[in-house]
Amino acid sequence: MSAVLFFIAAIGAITGAIGVVMLRNPFYSVLALAFHLVSLAALFLLLRAEFVAAAQVIVYAGAVMVLYVFVVAYVGGGEQLASGGVLRVLGPLFGLALAIELCIAMLGAGLKAVNSRGAPFVPGFGSPGSIGQLFLTKFLFPFEIASILLMVAAVGAVVLARRRRGLEPDEQLEQRVGVARPAWTGTMAEAGGIRLALHDEPAPGGEPVGTTAGERSEHEGGW
Amino acid sequence: MNIGWYLAVSAIIFCIGAGGVLVRRNPLVILLCLELMLNAANLALVAFSRMWGNEDGQVFALIVMVVAACEVTVGLGLVVAIYRRQLPIDVDELNELQG
Repeated sequence: MSAVLFFIAAIGAITGAIGVVMLRNPFYSVLALAFHLVSLAALFLLLRAEFVAAAQVIVYAGAVMVLYVFVVAYVGGGEQLASGGVLRVLGPLFGLALAIELCIAMLGAGLKAVNSRGAPFVPGFGSPGSIGQLFLTKFLFPFEIASILLMVAAVGAVVLARRRRGLEPDEQLEQRVGVARPAWTGTMAEAGGIRLALHDEPAPGGEPVGTTAGERSEHEGGW
Repeated sequence: MNIGWYLAVSAIIFCIGAGGVLVRRNPLVILLCLELMLNAANLALVAFSRMWGNEDGQVFALIVMVVAACEVTVGLGLVVAIYRRQLPIDVDELNELQG
């Protein structure tokens, strides 16, 4: 049973990884990566790492993928795959050579335990309780460093992606504010003093804006 | 399943990610391929943790996830900044540090 689950999850993970590299549209690449991550979480579960699997699904497949989807939707898709000739051929060859070398190195390493099913399972291995205990005792310093690193990354992302020059100048502002309208009606823009600059020129059509306040009150009859 | 099978899957995923970094040109997809490589390393760490019956490897995998999240945040911030300046989103043309 565990062998069947392993092969399903492993084929899913490798298919998702190939999909990330081969698909043209970055949005589909992100979806393939989400599939890959869920398959990898199944592999983690088979290795008795419950907490890592849960964190993988929640943090990666949940939060990080949402970030990716937002940026892909903002930046847009169009992608041209054809890179300059040499790298396009050498890249896959390099990957293949690296795969063969890594497999030889790891499987021929002479470690006897690699060909076993691992250490005997003790209850509680990989549970959130034991991982949390390790984080707060043996690995307290890396834990704190990780929190500082997350904060630095968040601040850095805001600084990098912020708008540099403030708001863009609004060319249609005068047209929107200076449109003719009945006297004694207005917008919040008048309170801000923008209308004052327009008082000298008559508005096209409707009531002339250039009339003084006294004339206007006679005209309206006052109320 | 033997631990060796997990290590083989991890090696294959790592190499797919490494080839993808070389072949693709969109920085978004390159970040995705980096994620693939980090995940392959995570799988190897968890497999070795199972092999020794020791949970330290899982803690290491969690720290790698944190670092990957930081890397994604900064990388996507850079991509958004590149897009704002209306530069081409293509690593072959973004080869100068001067903006």
